Amino acid sequence: MRRLARYLKGFRKQVILGPAFKMTEAVFELIVPLVMASMIDKGIKLNDPAHVWRMGGLMVLLGVVGLGCSLTCQFFASRASQGFGTVVRGELFRKIGTLSHAEIDRIGTPSMITRLNNDVNQLQLAVAMLIRLVFRAPFLAIGATVMAMALDLQMSVIFLAAAVLIALVLYLVMSRSVPFYGKIQRMLDRVSLITRENLSGARVIRAFSRQKAEMRRFEDASEELRQTSIRVAKLSALLNPATTILANAAIVAIVWFGGLRVDAGTLTQGEVIALWNYMTQILLALIVVANLVVIFTKASASAARVNEIFDTAPSVTDEGNTERAPVPGAPKIEFRDVSFSYSGGDEPALCHVNLAVAPGETIGVIGGTGSGKSTLVSLIPRFYDPQQGAVLVDGVDVRDYPFAQLRGQIGVVPQQAVLFSGTVRQNMQWGCEGADDGQIERALAVAQAKEFVDRLPGGLDAPVAQGGKNFSGGQKQRLTIARALVGSPQILILDDSASALDFATDAALRRALRRDTRGMTVLMVSQRANTVKAADRIVVLDDGAVAGVGTHRELMESCPVYREICLSQLSSEEANRS
Amino acid sequence: MKQQSVFRRLMRFTRPYRGYLAAALACALASVSLSLYAPVLIGDAIDFIVGPGAVDFRAILRILALLGGVVLAGALFQWLMTLCTNVISYSTVKDLRTAVFQKLEAAPLSYLDRNAHGDLISRVVNDIDQISDGLIQGFSQLFTGVVTILGTLGFMLAINVQIALIVVLITPLSLFVASFIAKHTFDEFRKQSMIRGELGGFIEELIGNQKVVKAFGYEARAQERFDEINARLYRTGVNAQFYSSTTNPSTRFVNGLVYAAVGLFGSLAAISGHISVGQLSTFLNYANQYTKPFNEISGVVTELQTAAASARRVFAVLDEPAESPDAPGALALDRCEGAVRLEDVSFSYNPDRKLIEHLSLKARPGERIAIVGPTGCGKTTIINLLMRFYDIDSGAIYVDGTETRAIARDSLRAQYGMVLQETWLFSGTIRENIAYGKPDATLDEVVAAAKSAHAHSFIKRLPQGYDTPVGEEGGGISQGQRQLLCIARIMLTRPPMLILDEATSSIDTRTELRIQKAFDAMMEGRTSFVVAHRLSTIREADCILVMRDGHIVEQGAHAELLALGGFYAELYNSQFAPSEEP
Repeated sequence: MRRLARYLKGFRKQVILGPAFKMTEAVFELIVPLVMASMIDKGIKLNDPAHVWRMGGLMVLLGVVGLGCSLTCQFFASRASQGFGTVVRGELFRKIGTLSHAEIDRIGTPSMITRLNNDVNQLQLAVAMLIRLVFRAPFLAIGATVMAMALDLQMSVIFLAAAVLIALVLYLVMSRSVPFYGKIQRMLDRVSLITRENLSGARVIRAFSRQKAEMRRFEDASEELRQTSIRVAKLSALLNPATTILANAAIVAIVWFGGLRVDAGTLTQGEVIALWNYMTQILLALIVVANLVVIFTKASASAARVNEIFDTAPSVTDEGNTERAPVPGAPKIEFRDVSFSYSGGDEPALCHVNLAVAPGETIGVIGGTGSGKSTLVSLIPRFYDPQQGAVLVDGVDVRDYPFAQLRGQIGVVPQQAVLFSGTVRQNMQWGCEGADDGQIERALAVAQAKEFVDRLPGGLDAPVAQGGKNFSGGQKQRLTIARALVGSPQILILDDSASALDFATDAALRRALRRDTRGMTVLMVSQRANTVKAADRIVVLDDGAVAGVGTHRELMESCPVYREICLSQLSSEEANRS
Repeated sequence: MKQQSVFRRLMRFTRPYRGYLAAALACALASVSLSLYAPVLIGDAIDFIVGPGAVDFRAILRILALLGGVVLAGALFQWLMTLCTNVISYSTVKDLRTAVFQKLEAAPLSYLDRNAHGDLISRVVNDIDQISDGLIQGFSQLFTGVVTILGTLGFMLAINVQIALIVVLITPLSLFVASFIAKHTFDEFRKQSMIRGELGGFIEELIGNQKVVKAFGYEARAQERFDEINARLYRTGVNAQFYSSTTNPSTRFVNGLVYAAVGLFGSLAAISGHISVGQLSTFLNYANQYTKPFNEISGVVTELQTAAASARRVFAVLDEPAESPDAPGALALDRCEGAVRLEDVSFSYNPDRKLIEHLSLKARPGERIAIVGPTGCGKTTIINLLMRFYDIDSGAIYVDGTETRAIARDSLRAQYGMVLQETWLFSGTIRENIAYGKPDATLDEVVAAAKSAHAHSFIKRLPQGYDTPVGEEGGGISQGQRQLLCIARIMLTRPPMLILDEATSSIDTRTELRIQKAFDAMMEGRTSFVVAHRLSTIREADCILVMRDGHIVEQGAHAELLALGGFYAELYNSQFAPSEEP
């Protein structure tokens, strides 16, 4: 948690002044019982109403000033804690933005979202409590003990004993129950996992008529959660009664020994009442400490999760890279003896790939699942860096470009068709901020999306729901293709981007791409032989290695892997027709 | 739904635990009364400590002994009360969750398709937690709070009416302060949670698609938008937190006023002999904790409001109608022949947009029906209707000559083996997933199914083999491999009819040939419906349904349809359009 403290730097004033004001109020609160004692011992015993009025006025004054102090503290606390949360959230988001695909894969999206939302909120709360209560509660407990010492040194032994015992009870109960919170959270996660599975798999579950079994599974998980919750609650339920008993035992001792001291004349009746008051204050303060322990236990877990992201170094960076000029005469894209494996995987996803693509060429990439097709194309925009060899664009190693220059000339259509909430136009302007309607409409036309976009109410201004839920799978894919085309990129990467299209639309799309993207270097990844068949050259991947490069006809003759793929999908008549 | 009826309906869920509820209330009453009695005893004891040489130790000892008993009993009742409310609250939560989950299992698919899954999950998890925190725990707090206030007033009145009246006079002030703060806080919190929701949505979308963000170099613009929302969140956050945090100091202040007033007037009364010093100290102790229950109650009121909102969302799910029950005396099919007939079937998801109209179709046992057509023409709808995920609007579907509405849903669905485009596996082991349709299958059967789906070889290579857990999002198992597992699942149950939704599209193209063979073998003698994109599948079909805008425009075998020169021929030829020529 200490490491995150640097984000509090801008709030030094609040962090110092806040607790200072709060402690001032606490001092006043500690004085009140003394004022009361004086009221009783001097006012009542000596029949002095004027003194009672004076002391009463003093109490109200202490209250008003105390209120002012604590409101000031609360103000500082909310400024500082919200400011801290805002800064951490912003920095965390920025940091996540620099992480590359390898780290995103490893940490996982849902976990990153939780860290950005819940964990930061938890930390924010901890900062607020830090300012508001962390100094105040122990201060009050210690202060009350000190005041008791000032009143009667021997009596204060009772206070010390009570404080230690109450603290011990708090420690015993908390240290046993706090570890369970994580366990309960995991059980709750399981409940929500089963729910999610049942929603996404509703069709399969019903097809197998497994609803009853699923209900049992859910009930088991809920029952486990219920039992654990009750068990932990049973433990925490001890806290209040136990501390109450201890505090009252101390009060009994105060009355008894106080009686002895008053009898001997070393203490007054009013002071006994004051001691009783201080005991009550200690009890209340220690209960606050117990709550603080819970908050800070949670916060330190959150801090660890947030720090984990701050500590993650992006495996791909463009630090220190400056704009590079293309090498004349170099191939547009070149793979030089590239080998790559995903972290953790021993099996290389790509091994010793060599390939040169001329400017304007259309390359088809085909191969089975796990053959490395997507990996191959994701090395070009540097989503990952290869462990061995180099990828070059315009004769320059991609690792030497600034991201903006490299990715700015590449249009990517990812496997999963993702759109963002907003309008169609906003989505189209993703890669090219100032694109005008003419550019957008041309891209839509090529992507075979113009027709249905025109029919939408509002056309380009038609709303897109989160994730593009208001479009069908095929429409989404066509829109993502259009989005990549809007900036007229020099390189276009289609990563199995036509899988949701029926074959007629698919064919029309390929025709349009061919006609309207002259000069564009196109890499087309697909499982379908038909999609890549007409490419200038086809790269066949098999288990991460290049099994063949050439035209459809050449490969049909020379490459057994390719032949097998084609024959599994096309009739021999179709496969041979070209 | 009115707040009151929400509350009443919720109480119905606590009915199985009404014993606990009664016990909790009784314990609360006892513990509060005892804890309020303790200061009276202490005050009495202090009255026996007057001054040097004037202390009555015998009387003090007697009072202290009683005090010990009162404190112990009070603590015991407090403990029992907490135990009872915990049982009520966690058990009700579990029952509510189970009830909502059951409803989700029984609701028609149209309901699940229509609602965002994230929202439904949050009802099952967060909203129900909110109910337990707010309504059930809040209720017990409310109860003890009210009892404490009334009890305190009662004891005060019993000791000294005048001073008690002064306290009563100041009481509205604390109520006013509490409600003033609660109102402002509530407004600010509402604003805050709105912006928080906006930020959450933004984060979900952008971080969730970080790869696309990077591909388009959108990072800087994303940061800009994020910072803008974040700054707004800061502004309302500061306000919301400040307002809510004024509760404590303000009530402490009111408390201080009450304390000062009691001290002042109490002392004056003591001077004139109307009250003893011990009684005054009892009063002071009450005054010290007097506003605490007000404070808690005002907090509870806000919580009750949020909880009632959550309860409404939960009840909305429970109020959804379940799938129409099977007709009385519905037939349980054992194993059908596989003759399927659709007669004049019309169906639409939305009455304003007609989808399938007057569709008739006949599949003889063992025939293979391929459904083709452009995207969005209603191909997957046919699956929804065959499986009775959705009920048709008019017309009839027959299996082996029996109208499907007269067949028990479970037994109808068991006749089909279904492999959808979106692979669904649950978070169990591979073995459990393959055996999903036949949980009692032996390992040998599972392995045999995996072998015939060509999944055995990759499963064998996994570190834990068939016991490898399947993660939610794959977890080391590729999309293609997931597909193989889904096929193995069907290979195990071997139902008489098959429904395939372009199932093989993401399978390794090389093993696809073998899978196709395995499927061919399985489809042998089984009626199959295939939503197909692959020409080889289409060509071998006994009957091709060509769909366009929800209508079957052509129907027949490959050669016939080509000869017809209609829409199918156009589709087919577009596949080998001029662009394909070198």
